[in-house]
Amino acid sequence: MSTNTITLTEVPVISRPFTLRLHEWVTTVDHKRLGILYILYALTFLIVGGIEATIMRLQLIRPHNDLVSPELFNRMFTMHGTTMIFFVAMPLVFGFANYLVPLMIGARDMAFPRLNAFSFWMTALASLFLYFSFLGGDGLYGGGGAPDVGWFAYAPLTARTFSVGHSTDYWTLSPLASGFGSIGTAINIFATILYMRCPGMTLGKMPLLAWLNLTMAGLVILAVSPLTAAQLMLLVDRYLGAHFFDTQAGGSAVIWMHFFWVFGHPEVYVLVIPAFAIASEIIPVFSRKAIFGYPVMVMATVAIGFISMSVWAHHMFTERMSSGANTFFVLSTMAIAVPTGIKIFNWLATMWGGKIRFLTPMLFCTAFLFQFLIAGLTGVTLAAAPFDWHLGSSYYLVAHFHYVIVGAIRFTLFAGFYYWFPKAFGKMYNEALGKLHFWLFFIGFHLTFDFMHVPGLLGMPRRIYTYEPGRGWDIWNVIVTIGVFFQAAGILVFAVNLVWSYFRGKTAGNDPWDAWTLEWSTSSPPPAYNYAVIPTVRRRRPLWDLKHPEDPDWRYE
Amino acid sequence: MSPTNIFAPASTPADSIFSLSMFVILACAVIFIVVSALLGYAVVRFRNKHSDDRTEPAQIYGSTQVELAWTVIPILIVIALALASARVIASVQDARRPPNALEVIVTGHEYWWEYRYPALNIVTANELHVPVSDPAHPTPTFLTLLSANTDHSFWVPRLAGKTDLIPNHPNSMWIDPHEPGLFLGQCAQYCGTQHAKMLLRVYVQPREEFNRWVEEQQKVPHGSTAEAVSSNAVSSTGQRVFESTACVNCHTVSGTPAKGRFGPDLTHLMSRDTIASGAARNTPELLRLWIKNPDAIKPGSKMPAMGLSEPDLDAVTAYLETLR
Repeated sequence: MSTNTITLTEVPVISRPFTLRLHEWVTTVDHKRLGILYILYALTFLIVGGIEATIMRLQLIRPHNDLVSPELFNRMFTMHGTTMIFFVAMPLVFGFANYLVPLMIGARDMAFPRLNAFSFWMTALASLFLYFSFLGGDGLYGGGGAPDVGWFAYAPLTARTFSVGHSTDYWTLSPLASGFGSIGTAINIFATILYMRCPGMTLGKMPLLAWLNLTMAGLVILAVSPLTAAQLMLLVDRYLGAHFFDTQAGGSAVIWMHFFWVFGHPEVYVLVIPAFAIASEIIPVFSRKAIFGYPVMVMATVAIGFISMSVWAHHMFTERMSSGANTFFVLSTMAIAVPTGIKIFNWLATMWGGKIRFLTPMLFCTAFLFQFLIAGLTGVTLAAAPFDWHLGSSYYLVAHFHYVIVGAIRFTLFAGFYYWFPKAFGKMYNEALGKLHFWLFFIGFHLTFDFMHVPGLLGMPRRIYTYEPGRGWDIWNVIVTIGVFFQAAGILVFAVNLVWSYFRGKTAGNDPWDAWTLEWSTSSPPPAYNYAVIPTVRRRRPLWDLKHPEDPDWRYE
Repeated sequence: MSPTNIFAPASTPADSIFSLSMFVILACAVIFIVVSALLGYAVVRFRNKHSDDRTEPAQIYGSTQVELAWTVIPILIVIALALASARVIASVQDARRPPNALEVIVTGHEYWWEYRYPALNIVTANELHVPVSDPAHPTPTFLTLLSANTDHSFWVPRLAGKTDLIPNHPNSMWIDPHEPGLFLGQCAQYCGTQHAKMLLRVYVQPREEFNRWVEEQQKVPHGSTAEAVSSNAVSSTGQRVFESTACVNCHTVSGTPAKGRFGPDLTHLMSRDTIASGAARNTPELLRLWIKNPDAIKPGSKMPAMGLSEPDLDAVTAYLETLR
């Protein structure tokens, strides 16, 4: 390990005109800048998707409410789902991978920097398609506005017969365009991790984050391709008179379900595996211990990747496949609980016997462990097909997957923001505001999503713009809606913290957490070339060995 | 108590799901308590108490024994849960259909339910009538599930789990309610604008009561015979208006020229408690409002406002009131 910055870069750069800086950002192929672009883009849409969710929650606060029309409500849940998956969760995942993977494997950039920029701008284009529908969806036929077919857009609701005008077309183009972007980024991450590692970093010595992102990239390539193909088929159905999904002409609605969920379920792991990656970096550093059982963690991750490709039809238990097929998907779905359980236990064992520092990133990771445990267990209840005949398409299901996406994925992403903020901007965030954000969001999350399970158990289906009184759902919906305001307050504190710390935060230094992976050896923020001299590593925790020559890892690995 | 509580089963499929769900919930609860207790202990016990203590704890890299333990135990739990699920899947899905079973063909429309009893020659809508099934001598009802347009899902939580109605993909399910009463539910697969008000009402009746209902439904309705109509000038005007406007394109009243299939069969409309697929009670005022402006009750429903004059509205309402 040697020094990593050339002092020349420390010369303060005189502020350049805004247009010049904007041009630099728009034309950048630097993985760090693209990572930040992905993340800013995702945070913008997090606000948009959050507003859509808030509109739905206000409408559902009491039975027979008429705050919004059914048409608007249906648009809101379609836009909320599509936005949160394609324009919040995936860009965040790609943003973190873009920023961190080259730094953590000692590379100077991604394998294909220009493909990287292309992929980001495709994703940006995709969101324009989707949101332009508010203006252009009307088309010639007058059946207008934003799409209202639901984020999984079951056939035949998307056929021309049921969906006149262009709103569904904009919906189709959006995952299509973002699909090209996602596949491009996935190929890039895959190639970067396989071919750009610094000398000495064998696969078995990569940080876990790299392993998990490698698995994620493989899953994206396998899972997003069928979705992209299905969107093309739908377009051909709508415009060239094909009948893939057009049931009125003998097409099959069930084929669409298969296409969608063979993307849709691995997609959950596309999002949650990078979340695991963040937790696997933060928990050891804040527990002051090496990750427990690195080889098993890697095996469990790859196993999750494989099994997740064979569980999609558990989304279709109520569609009534044969009892044999149902049993297979029960078994494969429950089997995923085994490697997932191993991961939870290994994180727990990493904390066990440590000296845990509960700063904001660790608070979010601890809450993640607790919430992911619950999300996994409610997942097991849903995997039992007969139980799913009740729970599927109910608010219990909605609560379950928000537990995964918010309770697990969002929480670790917040942890990641706080953990790597000092590295990306060279400034420390405000710890008090960070803790305030954590507690507001934690309370809001539990108010909303704990109590959302109950109306599902009492028979409330999802995607209804209003409901009948007297079904025992009223009080639960009130509590769920109240939680939204706590979450919104938490997000506000988060935004204030980011902006304030960016301008006023204390200088962070290269290694504020006393951490062990390569990115903490370069300056904060890292120079464009990351490392003046490409580092050479011998162990999984290169900085640990430097800091603790008396107790190096190599005795144990 | 909620009328749609999944934990209050009243029919064999719902019963089997209930016992399975108790087993699954118990297993998950035990795992939750154990793991969250471990997590809670770790958080309290291993927090860094002295912030100035910068010494590092002992580094432990893994342990094959414990990792093997927390791999094998979950595998065993998963096998047990999967086998239990498989048993219920087979018992519900592959149940043999006894010869005395009642058959009903359920067709999902945007946004209402059509029920046909082929053996009894009955067509009705939105309110399903089935006989009570004595567990000693079961007389289950088998539902064939079809869709006329988009996907729907039939979910009456106290009677059975949900099954989707998918165009070009006939499904089936069965119920054998043990107790009489009204069982509620609603469409559980997003089907379009008024998915929310596609409500389900299942009337479970003792055998004699069910037989009486069958007889009533099989009669040609009193109101549609010529002499009965002529006895009431207003309703006879109503019938004339009904049969000379677009109403007949969508609705059937048997024994009359009205033979539409797009909307619910109205032959015995007055035998039903609700209109608009359960969205409103079946009172003359609400019926009149429904004909005048369907969007006032169910915005986005496929029933158009017919633009009838006020006297015609009164007359059509009076005519429909005769369809008993």
